[in-house]
Amino acid sequence: MPILEIQNLKKHFATQKAVDDISFEVKKGSIFGLLGPNGAGKTTLLRMITGIFYPDEGQILFDGKIFDPNNDVIHIGYMPEERGLYKKMKIGEQALYLAQLKGLKKDEAMSQIKEWFVKFEMQSWWNKKVEDLSKGMSQKLQFVTTVLHHPKLIILDEPFSGLDPVNSNLIKDEIYKLSEKGCTVIFSTHRMEQVEEICDHIVLVNKGKKILDGSLNQVKNDFKESLFSIGFEEKPLLKGNIAFELIGTKDQSYIIKIKEGFKPNDVLNYFLSSGIQINSFHEILPSLNDIFIKLVEGTPLTRQFQPINS
Amino acid sequence: MNKIFIIIRREYLTRVKNKTFLLTTFLLPIVFLLFIVGSTFLAVKSKTVDTIAVITEANLFKQALKSDSTIVIFDFTHSVTTDNYLYKGYSGILRIPSDSSHQKFVIESPKTLSMETMDYIKWQINNVIENNMLKQLRIDENVLDSISTASENAFQLTNELTTGEEANAGLAYGVGFGSGILIYLTMFIFGAMVMRGVMEEKTNRIAEVMVSSVKPFQLMMGKIIGIAAVGLTQLVLWILFIILLLSAVQLFIPSDVVEQFKQIQEMQQQLPGGSSNTVAFELLQAKATFISEVNWSLIISCFLFYFLGGYLFYASLFAAVGSVINEDPQEAQSLMLPITLPIIFAFIMLAPSIENPDSSLAFWGSMIPFTSPIIMMGRIANGVPEAVPYWQLFLSMILLIGGFILTTWFAGKIYRTGILLYGKKASWKEMIKWIRRS
Repeated sequence: MPILEIQNLKKHFATQKAVDDISFEVKKGSIFGLLGPNGAGKTTLLRMITGIFYPDEGQILFDGKIFDPNNDVIHIGYMPEERGLYKKMKIGEQALYLAQLKGLKKDEAMSQIKEWFVKFEMQSWWNKKVEDLSKGMSQKLQFVTTVLHHPKLIILDEPFSGLDPVNSNLIKDEIYKLSEKGCTVIFSTHRMEQVEEICDHIVLVNKGKKILDGSLNQVKNDFKESLFSIGFEEKPLLKGNIAFELIGTKDQSYIIKIKEGFKPNDVLNYFLSSGIQINSFHEILPSLNDIFIKLVEGTPLTRQFQPINS
Repeated sequence: MNKIFIIIRREYLTRVKNKTFLLTTFLLPIVFLLFIVGSTFLAVKSKTVDTIAVITEANLFKQALKSDSTIVIFDFTHSVTTDNYLYKGYSGILRIPSDSSHQKFVIESPKTLSMETMDYIKWQINNVIENNMLKQLRIDENVLDSISTASENAFQLTNELTTGEEANAGLAYGVGFGSGILIYLTMFIFGAMVMRGVMEEKTNRIAEVMVSSVKPFQLMMGKIIGIAAVGLTQLVLWILFIILLLSAVQLFIPSDVVEQFKQIQEMQQQLPGGSSNTVAFELLQAKATFISEVNWSLIISCFLFYFLGGYLFYASLFAAVGSVINEDPQEAQSLMLPITLPIIFAFIMLAPSIENPDSSLAFWGSMIPFTSPIIMMGRIANGVPEAVPYWQLFLSMILLIGGFILTTWFAGKIYRTGILLYGKKASWKEMIKWIRRS
């Protein structure tokens, strides 16, 4: 059962159709990637899911029921892209305050905070002020405050910005752990290599519309271009062949594109029959980055303001 | 509801625990006390006794005018003229006409005599005339009238060389003006505190994190109520602290000063409307007599009401402005102007409204919620229901409550959109659009 269903969601601002008829669903326990170029409408979409904005049209189902911002927000943990903390407040108090606002009782919140602080080796920070923290440290604190109240749905907007690889991995591991425990994670970013690494399912939005929706494998398969890489002991000379064409060379391998109507076996047969030593043979799937650029390219990079007649 | 309470508690505690709060709360009354003690001391040390040459044909005055060695010494002499009295060491000449019911009493002096001296002279002359008339006539209704007429004549004491000012603005005036100014200041101080708090949330980028847990309106109201509680705490602490200091003030004042004060106080009791010339004596008087002369429970409860009402009326507007400002503090100036202008305008209207509490300026100023907290406080000191009828007071209060509900409603709409808007300054025009849209 999906934890979140978005149905024909629309949100128009004075000068823009920020979200224009988007539908998709997010399976429980999955790690979901919401992608899109700057200004595609991701943040507006997330703000509707977190109850900050009301949609103009369409509806959101949360856990099978119509989303009720007043009661359901305590099951959501949202780490927005524009995030911060009260600079003058002590770290422990801050975490406690945010946890209480999410409906946690004081002692319950305390034990949770302590657990997380131990996990992230932050115990000594309790009485420090936020202004004393480095950017990476406050990012970790921000993450802790987002997941502290055991949300069913965690929404992370660019969670790794400003984190070094070590801390990135620390948070990445926690995201996996939470997902294993049954949490659903929506992950919004335009860093494609992170999406490829983490997400099961992706949705790509551009100019307020959904332009891609599917599991990571499926998307990659949909966009593959029959490219293969063949590695040799010694690169052979190629004579005219009808099964494939040479796209490029890389070290000891050729990158080839198999022509329509032929199978990889035809290629292998060609080399094997010539007695050429093959070291490796594998398909090259397009990277998400390539797919992203391919889909978004050609549209103006920044959204133009347009008059709305409504 | 519970969430709002959590927000209120944070807003309140972070501010009350702040060092500047403690400093202003406890240091200000101490500075106030030092000021009282210092000026009392100086006033007493610089006190002079005036010797007045009295020129009169009437034996009555020669016998009955009594000197007071600490204030005025009367000297009856014929050898003094306008040209030489200073040379002879007199502070002034008092000319008493032979027919006191038709001619004016005249005092000549190169400087303004202190209010204390003038009051003493007036009181002495008045006393002499009154006693004389009572002696001459049997008292019936008509006689009482003529006594008061005679008294009035006696008070037409003119100072020929300098037009002596009415030094004492009066207790009601002082209380009204003081509480008006205090409302004005607190409205600015705590209104700006709300605005800074909202700006902090916006520039620290915590606003969006917050509104994913609570409604923007809850966040705004939590902050406004929290800071209102800070303001009330500070005001109540000040009142308590001042009462405490005033009762302890005698311990700090040299005993001879206290002695002098007591003498003056005894005299005051026979001389209603009399005044002292220094701040210190007024404040000592405040302790001794103001408590009985002013309806303090009314003033304080009205003050707290108008502080809260005025604060709530403007705080949400300050919050709305804070929500649309980005990092640039200069933006604040231009957006704040429409809010600060009516407050400053009310402050300008304060003095004329107290002087003429029945004028239409005072009436409308104390009804319209933009100015009513300041103006009404100024008028109330003149007395309810004498200067301000009950219906006016209640109408003003109801209008203020209605006013702040309205401003909060409007401001909430601006705040909701503004707090999430980054990197862009909103104009008033846009804000009005936000109000209309939602």
